[in-house]
This record gives sequence, C-alpha cells and structure tokens, in this order.
Amino acid sequence: MSFPLLTATAALPALGAIATAAVPAAKRTAAKWLALIVSLATLALAVTVLVRFDPGGDRYQLTESHSWIADFGVRYELGVDGIAVALIALTALLIPFIILAGWHDADPLETGNKRWRPTQGFFALILAVEAMVIISFEATDVFLFYIFFEAMLIPMYFLIGGFGDRAHEHGEETAATQRSYAAVKFLLYNLVGGLIMLAAVIGLYVVAGNFSLTEIAEARANGSLDMATSTERWLFLGFFFAFAVKAPLWPLHTWLPNAMGEATAPVAVLITAVVDKVGTFAMLRFCLQLFPEASTWATPVVLVLALVSIIYGALLAVGQRDIKRLVAYASISHFGFIIMGIFAMTSQGQSGATLYMVNHGISTAALMLVAGFLISRRGSRLIADYGGVQKVAPVLAGTFLIGGLATLSLPGLAPFVSEFLVLVGTFARYPVIGIIATVGIVLAALYVLVLYQRTMTGPVKAEVAKMPDLRVRELVVVAPLIVLLVFLGVYPKPLTDIVNPAVEQTMSDVQKKDPQPEVEAAK
Amino acid sequence: MNPVNYLYLAALLFTIGATGVLIRRNAIVVFMCVELMLNACNLALVAFSRMHGNLDGQIIAFFTMVVAAAEVVVGLAIIVSVFRARHSASVDDASLMKL
Amino acid sequence: MENLIALLVAAPLLGAAVLLCGGRRLDAVGHWIGTVLAALSFVFGAVLFADMLGKDPEHREMSQHLFSWIPVEGFQADVAFQLDQLSMTFVLLISGVGSLIHVYSIGYMEHDERRRRFFGYLNLFLAAMLLLVLADNYLLLYVGWEGVGLASYLLIGFWQHKPSAATAAKKAFLVNRVGDVGLSIAIMLMFTTFGTFAFGPVLASAGDSGEGTLTAIGLMLLLAACGKSAQVPLQSWLGDAMEGPTPVSALIHAATMVTAGVYLIVRSAAIFNGAPDAQLVTTVVGAVTLLFGAIVGCAKDDIKKALAGSTMSQIGYMVLAAGLGPIGYVFAIMHLVTHGFFKAGLFLGAGSVMHGMNDEVDMRKYGGLRKYMPVTFVTFGLGYLAIIGFPGLSGFFSKDMIIEAAFAKGGTEGWILGGVALLGAAITAFYMTRVMLMTFFGEERWKSRPTASPEEPSAEPAAEHHGAHAEPHPHESPKVMTIPMIVLAVGSVFGGAFFSIGDRFVHWLEPVTGHTHGHPPVSALTVTVATVTVMVLGVGLAYLQYGRRPVPVVAPRGSLLTRAARRDLLQDDFNHVVLVRGGEHLTRSLVYVDHTLVDGVVNGTAASMGGLSGRLRRLQNGFARSYAVSMFGGAAVLIAATLLMRAV
Repeated sequence: MSFPLLTATAALPALGAIATAAVPAAKRTAAKWLALIVSLATLALAVTVLVRFDPGGDRYQLTESHSWIADFGVRYELGVDGIAVALIALTALLIPFIILAGWHDADPLETGNKRWRPTQGFFALILAVEAMVIISFEATDVFLFYIFFEAMLIPMYFLIGGFGDRAHEHGEETAATQRSYAAVKFLLYNLVGGLIMLAAVIGLYVVAGNFSLTEIAEARANGSLDMATSTERWLFLGFFFAFAVKAPLWPLHTWLPNAMGEATAPVAVLITAVVDKVGTFAMLRFCLQLFPEASTWATPVVLVLALVSIIYGALLAVGQRDIKRLVAYASISHFGFIIMGIFAMTSQGQSGATLYMVNHGISTAALMLVAGFLISRRGSRLIADYGGVQKVAPVLAGTFLIGGLATLSLPGLAPFVSEFLVLVGTFARYPVIGIIATVGIVLAALYVLVLYQRTMTGPVKAEVAKMPDLRVRELVVVAPLIVLLVFLGVYPKPLTDIVNPAVEQTMSDVQKKDPQPEVEAAK
Repeated sequence: MNPVNYLYLAALLFTIGATGVLIRRNAIVVFMCVELMLNACNLALVAFSRMHGNLDGQIIAFFTMVVAAAEVVVGLAIIVSVFRARHSASVDDASLMKL
Repeated sequence: MENLIALLVAAPLLGAAVLLCGGRRLDAVGHWIGTVLAALSFVFGAVLFADMLGKDPEHREMSQHLFSWIPVEGFQADVAFQLDQLSMTFVLLISGVGSLIHVYSIGYMEHDERRRRFFGYLNLFLAAMLLLVLADNYLLLYVGWEGVGLASYLLIGFWQHKPSAATAAKKAFLVNRVGDVGLSIAIMLMFTTFGTFAFGPVLASAGDSGEGTLTAIGLMLLLAACGKSAQVPLQSWLGDAMEGPTPVSALIHAATMVTAGVYLIVRSAAIFNGAPDAQLVTTVVGAVTLLFGAIVGCAKDDIKKALAGSTMSQIGYMVLAAGLGPIGYVFAIMHLVTHGFFKAGLFLGAGSVMHGMNDEVDMRKYGGLRKYMPVTFVTFGLGYLAIIGFPGLSGFFSKDMIIEAAFAKGGTEGWILGGVALLGAAITAFYMTRVMLMTFFGEERWKSRPTASPEEPSAEPAAEHHGAHAEPHPHESPKVMTIPMIVLAVGSVFGGAFFSIGDRFVHWLEPVTGHTHGHPPVSALTVTVATVTVMVLGVGLAYLQYGRRPVPVVAPRGSLLTRAARRDLLQDDFNHVVLVRGGEHLTRSLVYVDHTLVDGVVNGTAASMGGLSGRLRRLQNGFARSYAVSMFGGAAVLIAATLLMRAV
C-alpha cells in the first residue's frame, strides 16, 4: 500500500493542533512556533500533493478507501481532482500567513493565571480548522464530507467568539457582547444549513443506498440510478442551501459581516478565504455531480441570486463605515461572482470560478491582513478614524493599495483573470446577466478607492501621526501574497492546467457544451 | 387460586405507590412509595411468570431487586446529604435546578 | 529583431519595479534610472523603426509571441505583441515624448522628496502604455488600458496629502472604469461572436458578422474610448486630473494616454467600417466634445485647466476623424502625433511658467512674462501657433485635413460636421490667444497683488512652502527643463509639414488602416482658406478682449455661458446630484434594509423562538412531583394509545 498522502495532509495539522494545545501555559512562544512549523510542514505535504497530481490522469487521484461504518455504507474515501488540489494548496498556503499575522493576537493580557492558555488555544484551533477544511476538500464520501463540513463550525465558533479584536471603539464589554453575538449567529446560520443538508444526505442514502460520491455519480451518469425529478430537486435544494449559507449567497449572507467584523483579521481571513471556499467548492463537486438535472433546473434562480449578491454586496460595501465589514461585503460580492461562474455552466465560467476561489483567497488575505495591521496600530475599525497614513507609513499604504487593486480586479493581478473568465463564461450563455454583472466592476473600484482615499490620503490625522510602518514579520506575511497575486495574474497557466480537466469533467457531468461562437455557428 | 388476582393486587400496590409519589412531600416517604411501585412490578412479573410457565419473569424480578437495592443505596445517600444541607427532606424545597 | 518588441515594454517595467521596490537607497539615482530606461525604450523603438523602414510597406508587420496567458477550453488569451506601422507610430511618440518628459521632470521635481517614486510611476505608465499599443489582442490591450489608468490614478494623486488631488485621482479612475466596462463588454461580445479576441482573426472576419453585432461592439468600444479620451459624456475627470504634477499632465493627460481611445477606434477600423451607425455616433461624440472642450477652455482662468479643455477639444477632432472611416483614420492619427508634440510642449511651458511663479496657476495673476522667460515664451509661442493652425506649422496640416475630411463625409452630415470643426478651429484660436495674451503679454499683474484668492487653491503644494504672500520672482527654468521644451517646439513647427509633404504619413499608415481620399463638396483650397480665416477671426476677437483692454485680476461675473463653462458646463453638478447623491441615498437605504429587513427576518425568527421557549420554560417549575405527574400522564397516554391502536 502506498503512503496515504491525503490522510497525512489532513492528519498532520490535526495532530499539530493537539500538540499545540498541550504546550504548557508558560511556553507561549513555543506553541506559536510549533503551530507555524506544523502549518509549514502541511504546506510541504500539500505541495507534494500538487506535484504528484497528474492533470492528465484519472479524475480522482491519490485515492484512499477504507470501510468505516459498514452497516450504513459509510466509507472513509479520499481522492482529489484538480479543483480540490488547487483549493488544498490555497488552504495550506494561507494558514502559515494567518498564523504569522496573528502572532500576537492571542497573547494573554495578564500572565498571572497559570492555567489560562489562550495562545495555545488560538493556534490549536486554527490548525484544527485547517485539518477539517483539507479533509472536506479530499472527501469523496458524502457522509464523511458532511461530518467535517459541520465539525468545522466548532473551532470556528471559538475562534470568533473567543478571540476578538483588541481594538474596539465601544470598549471591551460591548466588544465581548458583539463578539458572542457574531459567533452565535455564525453557528446558528451554518447549523441550520447543515441540518437541512443532513436531511438531504439521509435522503440521498435512502435513494442511492450508499454515500460514495464516485459510485452515485457514476450510477447517475450511466442511468442505473434513476431519481424522480422532484426527489432530485429536493435533495439538490437541501445540499445547495447549506452551501449557499456557507458561501454565502444573498440573502443568507448576514452572518458574514458580523463574523468578519468581530473576529481578528487573521480569523476573518480564515473565514472568508478558507472556510467559505468549502461552500462554493461543494457546489461544484456535490450539487453539479450528484444532481445535474436539478442544477440546470435551478440555474436561473441561482444566477439571479448571485447577481443580486454581486451588486448588493458591492453597494453595501460602499456604504460601510467599518473597514472589516467593508471587506466582508466585498467578499459577498465576490462570492456572487464565484457562484455565477459555477452555474453559468460554461468551461470559462467554471474554470474562472475555480481560479476565483484561489485568487479571492489570496487577494482578500492580502487586503484583510494589512487592514488588520492598520487596525492594530490605531485601535479602531472605523474608516473615519484614519487619514493620511500614506505619509507616515508608505509601505503599509502601498501594500494596502495593492490588496485593494487586487480586490477591484485590476488587470495584471490574479483576480482579473478569474473575474474576466467568469464574466465571459456567463455572458456567452446569459448576456443580460453578464452585462449587469459588469456594474460590479465599477462598484468594486468605488468601494476600494473610497476606502483608500479616506484612510491613506489627505492630511495626516494626529492619531496616526506616529504610526510605525510595517514590521519585518508583517512584511514577511504580505510580500509573498503580493508576489503570488502578480505571478498568477501574469502567468496563471500552472493553475489553469490543473483545473481545466476537472472542469471538463464537471461540464460533461451536467451534459453541457459551450455555446458556439456566432460566426462559426453560422458556417 | 386464580393467578389474575395477583395481578389485581400488583395494580393496586402500584397505584398506591404512584399516588404516594405524587402527593407526599417527604422524600423518605416518596422513596418508599417508589420501592412499593417496584415491588408491585415484581409481583406482576412473578405472576406472569407463573401464568405463562416460563422463568423469564422471575429472572427479571431478580434484576429489578438488584437495581432497587442499588437505587436505595444511591437514593438514600442523596436524601441524607440533601437533608444535611437544607435541614429538610421535602422534595418541593429541592428546586434549585430550575432557572 | 522581433525579440526587441518585448524589451520595449520590459525596460520601463523594470524601471518601475526597481524604483518602487528599491526603497530610499535609490533616492539619489532614481530619476536617472527612470530616465535612462525610458530612453532605452525609445532607442529600441528607433532600432525597430529603422528595421521597419527597410522593409516593403506591405510586410512591415512584426509579431512576437511570449507565452500563453489564460488557456481555458475554448478561450485562448496570449501574451503576444504585434508591431505594425500604427503601433510603431505610437511607440515612437510615447517613448520619445515620454523620455523628454522624464528629462524635464528631473528639473521640475527636483525639490520633491518623493521624486524616486514619481519616476517609478512614470516608468510604470510608459510600460502600460506601450503594452496597450503593442498588444496583439484586445484582452492584453485591456491590461495596458487599465494599467495606464492605474498609473494615471497614482500620478494625479501624487500629492495625495491634498484632498483635492486624492479626489481627482479617484474620480479619474472611476470614470475610466465606466469606460472599461464598455471595453470588457466589447471583448465579451467579440468572444461570443468570433470565438476569439485577437486582432488578426477578429478584424479579418468582422465582415462575417451581422451589422447589429458590429454596431454593438463598436458602441462599446466607443464607450471605452470616451472614458479614456475624456469625450462627452465621460469627460468630467480630465479637468480635475490637472491636480497632478505638470509633467504628468503633459505626458499622460495630453500627449499619450488620453489618445488611447483614438488608437482603439482606429485599431478596430474593420469593426467600425461595418457599423455605420456606430461611426455616426462616434462623429457626433467627437463633434460635441470638440465644442464642449473649446467652450470650457475659453472660460478657465487656471492655465492647466484651460489647456485641459483644449486637449479635450483636440481629441474631439481626432475622434471625429476616426468616426469618418477610411477617409479620416490616417488624419486622426496624424493630428494625434502633432498634437502630442505641441500640447506636450504647451503643458511643459505652462509648467515652466508655474515653476517660475511660485506654482501660481491663475492666469489672471500672470502677465508680461515674456521678458522674464524668453525660452519658455518662444517655445510656448510656437506651440500656440501650431495648435491654432498657423499656416505652415504642424497643427495647420493635421487639422486642415480633418476639416476637409469632415466636409468630405458628404450630405447634410458632412456640412454639419465640417461646420462644427470650423467653428471649433475659431474657438481654438480664441482661447489659445487668450492664454497667450494673459500669460506673456499685458501688464505684470503678479506685482503687488493683494492676496492669494482662497477660492482658487493652487495646484502645486510647494506654494505652501513658499508662502502664499511672497511676491513671485519670475525666472527662466533650468536647462534640463528648457531643452525638452525646445525639442518639442521643433517638432510642433516641422512635424506637420514633414508628414504632409508627399503624403508621407498617409503612405506610412495606409497598409494598416486603409485610406480613401475624401472629396469635399467644395475645393480643398476653399476649406483651407476658410480655416485660416476663422483662425484669424478667433485671434482677432481674443486680441480685442484681452490684448487691448487690461485683464482684471479678479474674474468678472461673466455671462451665463461663461459661468456655466467655468463649472465645466454643469456636468459635474449633474453628476453630483444624480450619481453621487443618488448613490449615497441608495447605499444608505440598502445598509438600512440589510440590517432591518434581511437580518431582521432572521433575528425576528430567533426572537420568536426565544419567546416560545420562554413560555415553555414555565413548565419546568422545579418541583419533582409535577415532573412525576407529567411522566405518569405521558405513560398513561402512551399505554392508552397502544391499547387503542390494538383495539382498532
């Protein structure tokens, strides 16, 4: 038997989480380094997965399969396609930066209590989330996926509720109230979604007799498993609802601004760049593969909701006074693009959506982490409390601008490639929706530039006059992300090569072909 | 004698026990009433065993006795400690678990 | 030789990367690095040009394929360059004028502590602009297109501690983004129509598509061009863009970037040729902007804003010419090149004047400067003569051709367009003479002026250091600034004649854009005479108003039109009321809706659940015996139900 690479990739951070949690209270720094080293080792494993993955090979590779709960046909089945590989790489890549960016976020305020170990907990929880996210990307058994899809909520709940911003304009007590509100809201929204999905998972078992994604999809494809149209639609809705909450899609989005606003910046990145990606990923993998006809049936509604998300998220971002909430609403807008790309059912749209997941992860991480550095310096999340930072901290302002430009999809940076692919892919099939979505481009420029103008330019405010520029640790966090943004913007081919075959497969699952160009069709 | 009469007796004892549990305040009395209900069940089990001619009912009656003995040990201990803490054996006074 | 093409872009891009990432260590040499790399790009361009001249006119196109950019099923975007005569013209203009302005900036930005960064941005601009004109497909062009937008944003907002500069930069980017939407929709349309967006296949098979599609693509391209080239209705950003340092105004907002829209239209000639409606709209946009810019230019007292109005107007000429089709493409580009020379020269002259006048921009506080700044006066004067179309200078040739071509359009349209173009020529002469007279002639109004008027804040921040009350001591600028001005002045004088003699420029561009000779309804000579006549008329009117009479230091109230023109013909007010206010209300109400309605529904559900459980909680009264009752009751119900079921 070959080395279980996928299990190892998920197990390493899980073990790391336990080890980190066990570090004695006094050795906080050791816990941080342990977590960082574990996350880097996980990155190394993820890179190995990336290298071992053969884009031209089978659909699912590096597969592992063991019996688990034999009575119910639940198996421990792992396997990755191009889309999963890309997202595992993204996750493993971002976690070290998240850990490094949150280096001091969980230092205890007083060191008197010997048994209180928030630092250890913080980093252990991050690693736990990483492990669960990675195994969700790897699972090809619906039940296995479901377990980790839900279990992820537990560490996330504690990360949001337990470790808020030090900086809060309303004082520590209000902050704690708002934080627990945000954490509970996050948990409830996702639990409701998860429970509905659980019903659908059970329903799927009743219909199909097992939980294996590959088997069910194959049976669906060759016609040996016939579902009644209404059954398929209900099951689709059950799955889709959970993923739409997680993604999040309008109007199920309101937990995200609260969660991202109250959590520390690294945790906010963890939410939007990593955890939420499981939702969009699962739409591609489960909704489209298991329920191709229902997906086609739901497409018009989903596209309209995605379009609303794009415009609505962007408009709300323009109206925000809080930096982190602004980024949250911008993310809602971007998730609209991702979902639109998935359901446009064209190669360009789906490739674009997959690239978008990766690129959005990197660009939001860059913007949000720099915003976090900014907020930790001034102690306020309100845009109005800043002004003229560019003059006192030019490097910080420069990186913030690049993160912002990536968010508004400037050509030359990675998000442009994906956004344009999504737009072209959507336009090819649904021109009107494609055209309306371009309004999102203008609005993105508006909220990013207004944010930059109000915080970074103008006369220097007295409160920011002594603000230090980026420190070495912070630069180490931001610089690689920016390099990646530029690299993937100029040369995204390595990524598209991995993603394309998987997208072709999905396209054939839903039995769709790209629309022909008008001129060729006429011939 | 008709074994059904034993069942009537068991039902009567059970009812007495249940009524006692419901209306008495003293924890010791309530406890005794619970024992009464258990023994009513034992009686019924033995009667059924006799009626059907197999030993299952009697075996279960033994189990019940064992459980009842264990219950007495734990229950009395709780009652004694509650009495020590609150100087009362009334079940209505022990309502701290509600919100 | 083809491999040099990528180096054209790479040289300034390297400069930008080095200068922007290099940090303070490079402060001392940054400007030289920037200038040398810009000049290097020009040298590569010149080498390629020489090579191109040696070839047969029909086979001058070169191309270089670097790598496959976005390979996705059915979608192929490459990083590939194409260098033909049209691109070559732009390469030489951009890198040539760009290098000159780099040199000029060494002097102009000498006292700015962030000069290294300024040169980094300038290099970034050059790289993006060269990418724009060298791209062999629309998507790569789009990268350059937004790249120049970014550079423009950074440079307009270079003095970003001033709120006005930061706002102007943001406005420029946003308005351009609206135009960019047009470009991206055009590319999407091309993709769905032709399955590709590379110039070669799209333009070759443009004829296979229906006129409706071509019109749609054409109009979307026009929208993009309107954004970048400051054409009505997306012109409002250009005036504010003058907040940037003057070399930026000269390079980006006069000579090169703003002409990108014209490039786009001429490059897409095959599409526009198949869409007469789009062409008509293009000419109308050009004609309207031509008058709009000219009228605004007449009313501005800020020398840079007056020149900005003029830029708008001149680009209106180019767009008009480009909209005329094959009779106009070549002349649009020719005017673009000559305009690049004289307008860059004029802006550099204006910068030189401001440099000597404590960064004062209000022309009412100039006057009689010709004695103090002879070189600036002469070079500015030559640029002035060129732009008004003084016979023999470059503007004369290129503008005359456009007016002729407009008449040659034929029919009523031809007369209207030609008439508008003639009228524009008259107004051009008027406002440029006004600028000239107010700046270099008349009494010296900067002496013993009362105080700096607060409602006209100077564009350059250095004024704060000098102190607003200090009386300026006009002086000539250093050589590093005057030499570029002299070079540009030479270009403005001889460029037009050089291009026109023997129709050199027409023969040069014809293989790319195609050319048909237009036949105006009246003889070409009549048009020329008419042009010169209206020019003289415009100059004369301006002389009567600003040469014969003293210029008041405080602007008179003026007529309704003047006042409207001072406010950019109320376009900004319209934008403010409709877009800014409306947008604010929309976002604010949406924030409210999101909080109360979308979130409220969920919170309401949660609250009602809480209420329900509060009521249910009362059942848990803590009395063990009441729990026992419910247990017994429950057991009794269960037993009863079981018995009942069995009985049934």
